[in-house]
Amino acid sequence: MADTARDPPPDRTDFHEVEDGEDLFPEPSAAPESQPASLSAVDISTNSNGPKQDSFFDDDNEDLFAEATEEVSLDSPERDVLLSDGPSPAITPITPPTSVITPRIGHQHDDMFTHSSFDEIEEEEGGDSFDINISVSDPEKIGDGMNAYMAYKVTTKTSMSLFKQRDFSVKRRFSDFLGLHGKLASKYLHIGYIVPPAPEKSIVGMTKVKVGKEDQSSNEFVEKRRSALERYLMRTVKHPILLKDPDVLQFLESTELPRAVNTQALSSAGILRMVNKAADAVNKMTIKMNESDAWFEEKQQHFENLDVQLKKLHASVESLVCHRKELSVNTAQFAKSAAMLGNSEDHTALSRALSQLAEVEEKIDQLHQDQANADLYLFSELLGDYVRLISAVKGVFDQRMKTWQKWQDSQMLLQKKREAEAKLQFTNKPDKLQQAKDEIKELEGKVQQGERDFEQISKTIRREVSRFEKERVKDFKMIIVKYLESLVQTQQQLIKYWEAFLPEAKAIS
Amino acid sequence: MTSIDDSNKEKLRSVSVDLNNDTSLLIDIPDALCERDKVKFTVHTKTTLSTFQKPDFSVPRQHEDFIWLHDALVETEDYAGLIIPPAPPKPDFEGPREKMHKLGEGESTMTKEEYTKMKQELEAEYLAVFKKTVQVHEVFLQRLSSHPVLSKDRNFQIFLEYDQDLSVRRKNAKEMFGGFFKNMVKSADEVLISGIKEVDDFFEQEKTFLLDYFSKIKDSTAKAEKMTRSHKNIADDYIHISATLNSICAEDSTPNKKNLEKLSDLFERLRKVEGRVASDQELKLTELLRYYMRDIQAAKDLLYRRARALVDYENSNKALDKARLKGKDIAQAEDHQRQCLQKFDKLSESAKKELTSFKGRRVVAFRKNLIEMAELEIKHAKNNVSLLQGCVDLLKTN
Repeated sequence: MADTARDPPPDRTDFHEVEDGEDLFPEPSAAPESQPASLSAVDISTNSNGPKQDSFFDDDNEDLFAEATEEVSLDSPERDVLLSDGPSPAITPITPPTSVITPRIGHQHDDMFTHSSFDEIEEEEGGDSFDINISVSDPEKIGDGMNAYMAYKVTTKTSMSLFKQRDFSVKRRFSDFLGLHGKLASKYLHIGYIVPPAPEKSIVGMTKVKVGKEDQSSNEFVEKRRSALERYLMRTVKHPILLKDPDVLQFLESTELPRAVNTQALSSAGILRMVNKAADAVNKMTIKMNESDAWFEEKQQHFENLDVQLKKLHASVESLVCHRKELSVNTAQFAKSAAMLGNSEDHTALSRALSQLAEVEEKIDQLHQDQANADLYLFSELLGDYVRLISAVKGVFDQRMKTWQKWQDSQMLLQKKREAEAKLQFTNKPDKLQQAKDEIKELEGKVQQGERDFEQISKTIRREVSRFEKERVKDFKMIIVKYLESLVQTQQQLIKYWEAFLPEAKAIS
Repeated sequence: MTSIDDSNKEKLRSVSVDLNNDTSLLIDIPDALCERDKVKFTVHTKTTLSTFQKPDFSVPRQHEDFIWLHDALVETEDYAGLIIPPAPPKPDFEGPREKMHKLGEGESTMTKEEYTKMKQELEAEYLAVFKKTVQVHEVFLQRLSSHPVLSKDRNFQIFLEYDQDLSVRRKNAKEMFGGFFKNMVKSADEVLISGIKEVDDFFEQEKTFLLDYFSKIKDSTAKAEKMTRSHKNIADDYIHISATLNSICAEDSTPNKKNLEKLSDLFERLRKVEGRVASDQELKLTELLRYYMRDIQAAKDLLYRRARALVDYENSNKALDKARLKGKDIAQAEDHQRQCLQKFDKLSESAKKELTSFKGRRVVAFRKNLIEMAELEIKHAKNNVSLLQGCVDLLKTN
């Protein structure tokens, strides 16, 4: 039975990984050739869409979607309910929803249809130009003692039709940001999207704030965090796919956001995360992938090297910040000492000049302090961001390896099953034979899917990496220019101060 | 005590170069050798004075020889009323040597280029310390040669002329003086001079001023040194940043490559400027303060000697009274008292002149160095601005 007559599901954009070699929205061109005879038997919901599909999925839920996150639909009434509920450790077979998905009827393609639908998304973007600015401000301490937390105001200004308003703000706390990242990571990482990493947790920094220690280091901590959160959100929305993710939209727009409890380090989810991270690390070492694509090999090496170099650069800049702060402190101390010396000096003109010198040095120490801040917030933090971003990129390459592994595993299993089936041919067990044949069918589908996934993720990564590199160049240049301009300003101020001092020195007689 | 005429006054002015003006006696240290811990200075003298055997000659001298000369001058009673130029400090290469050691240890963590640059920086630092020590020894001799009284000192002449190893003579000298006077002065301390009832307003003022000023300038010197070190640290950071940027650039194949190149180059130049800021600040500010700190110590020493002379005079007065009471040795006591008074008056008169000219000298030196420092700071900042602005413009247009 042909499936060509199926209409696209009305307003429904559920996706799931297709099993059994059956496409939910089959490509007519490919379908007739590749569909094995047994398909019609399995093909259930041909007459109606929507609800029936649900039940189809439900039947299989126990086997296939053991740890699935809930499916997401973009229908507004169901949106709040069906948003993914946070990071789930296993690779979930959920493909990300996009705002408009139309099945590719009449479109020839050999990769997952979602890919080309993403292409379509990006084409559509041309119409609604990227115009959004997010700022994170007004850190406010809520509560007291160890339960206290910082709430930040997230303000979005945009003209994009994606949003309900043009200018709006919400209050968010740090765990909300982590929760958002967790959700995005669970949805997009395993298919090769570079999800910008969230700022790091800091138990020490946060504890200081909680206990109410208001000193320079805790103020610096809050400011570092605030600006990091801002950069994080901007990077996230700059990604054309992530921008339209309902979790992102909800994060920016909703007044109330369910607490992301799974972000706590010591929660069960947190521990599960750590366990999985360790498992991943071990796996990475054991997976020996036959890299046939030189591009990937090259890029992987490139990012490895870049990781090392960026960490080194970051360390040097942190050292610079430290030394510049020292310079500021030492200059201030010298200024005080020079002032005392000036007071002690009994020659009037020299005494005045020394006092003037003290004043100049005092102004200069403030200048150095400001410069140290620029060193920190512009240069050092940028590098820290990039170190984390490169880790995310490396993670995506690792996901590709995992996908390849999965595909290979399916292939090996298929091979085994085939061998077993061949053996069964000579026994008189028709049931077992049938079962074997069924299993083989299933596995063949899996293998095909695995291959498709692998190609998909490879394609996605290529695109993501090129987008990432373009963004990186722009981003880096912009911030470096800002940083250099701060240095220029400092030097120009220095000139002013010393030029004001010079006549004083000359006036000594 | 000859009066200081104008041409001599000129000579006593600034800390450094202007001292060597009197062609009758020109001294300089044209070169020096550094062997491990020991520095060997070549002291070169050019003179028209008949007191010397040759008109142009050189001798090798060690730091200890300079100290011997200084101590000999201090111990000479005739010079009690003069400010003896402070002895040059011992050559101290500990700083750069330690850094060189640390650099060697950290060699594996840096690229070859980075290591080379750091080594260059350190060698420059080493050289700077070397130059400084040569200069400070030179200035010491030039202060002596330009002093109307001290330039005629016999020991000074020996120092300049004696073409054999001075260490033999040094040992004899030590036995002769035994460092007696010096030790006395050192232990006499501020207790002595602050305890003396001062009759003379001028000296009262000077005493208060010098004691206070000394502690303040000592503190300023230390703080200025810390400032300079911070500048040097920043210059070192720039080296690392430039080198790492270079490494990243080498790997890069995006349009970012050019930007990284420019940035790496910029930091390399910035570090050179920062290095110069550090060394200029050191020369014009730190060294200035350090020199005058030592000079003020020398002035304080003069006050100590005067105070001792006063004590001697007061004691002689007491002795005279006692003698008159007893009726014995009155003439002796009178004589002694007269001598002490004479000595004290002579010392006071000389000291007054010395301290006044010292103030003049100090003011002029500060003025010169502060002006030069400000001008150099402006020059370096302007240089930085043009480097930075150039890079910004290049990056923006790219």
